[in-house]
Amino acid sequence: MNRETTINLLLAALLLGAPLLATAIGEPFYVTLATRVAVLALAAVGLNFALGLGGLLSFGHAAFFGLGGYVAGIIATHAFNAEPLFAGIPATTSMPLIWVTAIVVAGIAALPIGAISLRTTGVYFIMITLAFAQMIYYFAISWPAYGGEDGLSMSMRNAFPGVNTAKPLPYFLICYAALIATLLFFRVVEGSRFGSALQAARQNGTRLAAVGIAPFNIRLVAFVVSAMITGFAGALYADLNRFVGPSMLSWHMSGELMVLIILGGKGRLFGPVAGAMIFVFLEYVLGGITERWQFFLGLILLGIVLFARGGLLGLLSGKPRHV
Amino acid sequence: MFTALLIEQLLNGLQLGLMLFLMAAGLTLIFGVMGLINLAHGSLYMIGAFACATVAAATGSFWIGLIASLTAAAGVGAIIEVAVIRRLYDRDHLDQVLATFALILILSEGSRWLFGSFPLYLDIPPVLQGAVPLPGGGQYQLYRLAIIGVGIAVAAGLYMLISKTRLGMRIRAGESDREMIGALGVDIGTLYTVVFALGAALAGLAGALVGALQSVQVGMGEPVLILAFVVIVIGGIGSIKGALVGAVIVGVVDTMGRFLLPSLLALTMPASQATTIGAALASMLIYVVMALILAFRPSGLFAAQS
Repeated sequence: MNRETTINLLLAALLLGAPLLATAIGEPFYVTLATRVAVLALAAVGLNFALGLGGLLSFGHAAFFGLGGYVAGIIATHAFNAEPLFAGIPATTSMPLIWVTAIVVAGIAALPIGAISLRTTGVYFIMITLAFAQMIYYFAISWPAYGGEDGLSMSMRNAFPGVNTAKPLPYFLICYAALIATLLFFRVVEGSRFGSALQAARQNGTRLAAVGIAPFNIRLVAFVVSAMITGFAGALYADLNRFVGPSMLSWHMSGELMVLIILGGKGRLFGPVAGAMIFVFLEYVLGGITERWQFFLGLILLGIVLFARGGLLGLLSGKPRHV
Repeated sequence: MFTALLIEQLLNGLQLGLMLFLMAAGLTLIFGVMGLINLAHGSLYMIGAFACATVAAATGSFWIGLIASLTAAAGVGAIIEVAVIRRLYDRDHLDQVLATFALILILSEGSRWLFGSFPLYLDIPPVLQGAVPLPGGGQYQLYRLAIIGVGIAVAAGLYMLISKTRLGMRIRAGESDREMIGALGVDIGTLYTVVFALGAALAGLAGALVGALQSVQVGMGEPVLILAFVVIVIGGIGSIKGALVGAVIVGVVDTMGRFLLPSLLALTMPASQATTIGAALASMLIYVVMALILAFRPSGLFAAQS
C-alpha cells in the first residue's frame, strides 16, 4: 500500500469518524458541516472526472450542480402541493427516484453543451462552458414559476426508504455512501480501457486518433458522465439545505468546484475530498473570525496556485503515480 | 412612435456594445500578447468605477474622477501584473483561471472593506446632462451618446496605437513570437506590464463611464466580465477587430432581444405570459447566438492566426 492510498483511507475514515463523534457528544451542527463536505466533494469528483482525467477545463459545472438541485426542488414542491409534474406524471418524494431524474436531466443537458463546447479547445472551451452555465443561470433568474431570483424552499427533506432523512446523521450517511460509491466508480473507470483512452486524450489527442480512437467521443462521454455525477451531488445539496436557488448555478459555484480540486490535488482520487475538507474548514474557521473570510481564502488559494501546485495531497503524498 | 423607440433601443444596444468593447479590448489584448486568461478584469472595471465615484465626490468634478479611475485601474493592474500575473504566463489555463479567481475574491472583499457594502452614486457631469432629439420624435440621453463616442474614439485610438506606433509594433511582435523580440533586445517584462496596465485602464474607463448610469458596488464587474468573454469568444480571441464586431453584436442582440421578444411573443400568447417568457428567453439570447456562431466557426469570427 503506497503513501497516497494510506492517506486516502485516513481521509475517508476521518470524514466518517468526525460526524459519528459529533453525534456522540451532541453537536449535530458538525454533522451538517461534514455532510456539506461530502456533497461538495461528490460534486468535485464529478468535475475531476472531466478535469483531472480528461483535462477538460469546464468552467460551467455549476450548471449541472444547479440543474440537479432544481430537479430535486421542483419535484419535491410538486409532491408537496400534490400536483402532477407534467403530462400527468405524479411527483414523488422518494430520493432514489429524484436522484435518477437529476442524473438523467444533467446528462441530457450536458450532451448538447458538451457536443458544442468540445468542438473548441483551450481557452475557448473554458469560456463556452462558462457561457452555457450563465445561460441556464439567467434563465433560472428570470423564470418566475420556480422562485426566480429568490430560489425555491423545500418544506422537508425528501424520503429514503427505511431512513429518517430529517435527522443529520442518517442524511450524512446517505451522502457519505454516495461519495464512497462514486469514488469506487471513479477508480474503476480510471483503470478501465475507457479511462486509459480518456487520459491518453488528455495527454495527446492526435496520437489517440492515430491509434484509431476518436478523442471527441471519449471526451464527450467523459463530459456527460462528469455532469451526471455533479448533478447527483446537486440533488443531495438541495436536500441538505432544503433550498435551491440560482446561486447553485452561478459562476462562483463553478469556480469553487475547481478550487476544491486544486486545494486537494488535481487528478487524484481523493483530491476533491481533501479539497472539500479544507474549503469547508476554512469557510467555518475564517468565517467565524472575520466576515471578510473570502479575502483570506483568496490569499490562501493564490499561495497554493503559485507555490504548492500539487495541493494538499501533493504535499502529503509526493509525486502523483502517473508522472 | 415605434420608430423612435426602435432607434432609441438600437442606440442603447450600441452603447452597451461599445462599453463591452472597452472591456473586451483589454481582455483580448492581454490574451493575444501574453496568452493569459484574466478573470480579474472585472475587478479592474469595479476599481475604475469606485475610484471615479470617490474622487468625483471629494473634488466635485467628474473629469478629475475619470482621470483617477484611469490611474487607479492602470496602477492596480501594473501592481498585480508584477506581483502575481507574471508568474502565470508559462502556467496552464487552469492555474491562470484559479489564480485570477483568487484575485477576484481578494479585490472584491478588499473593496468591500474599504468602501463598505453600500453602493456609491456618481452623477453625470453637467455638460453631458440633458437629451438630444431623435429623428421620428423622442429624445436620447446625451451621456449615452457620449459613451458611444468614447467607445468609437478608443477603437480608433487602439487601431492607430497598434498599427502605427513603435509600442504597437512591439505588441504585434509579442503576439507572433515572444522569444524573438526578447532576443532582439526588447524588454519583454516591461512590455507585458505596459500591455496589462493598458488593458486595465480601458476596463477602469468602462467602469467609470458606466458608474454614472448605474450604482457603483462590489460585484458590478462580474456580469460585464462574462459578457466580455462572450464578446471575445464570438469575435475570435486575440483580435481587436473581432472584439469590436463581437461587442456590437452582443450589445445590439441583447438589447433588441429584451425589447422585441416580449412583443413578438405577445402575438401568439396572452400578454402577461409573453412578458415573462420573453424576458427569460431574451436573457439567454446572446448565449444562443454565441453557440450558433461557434457551431459554425469554432474559433470565432475573426480568429487570430495561432
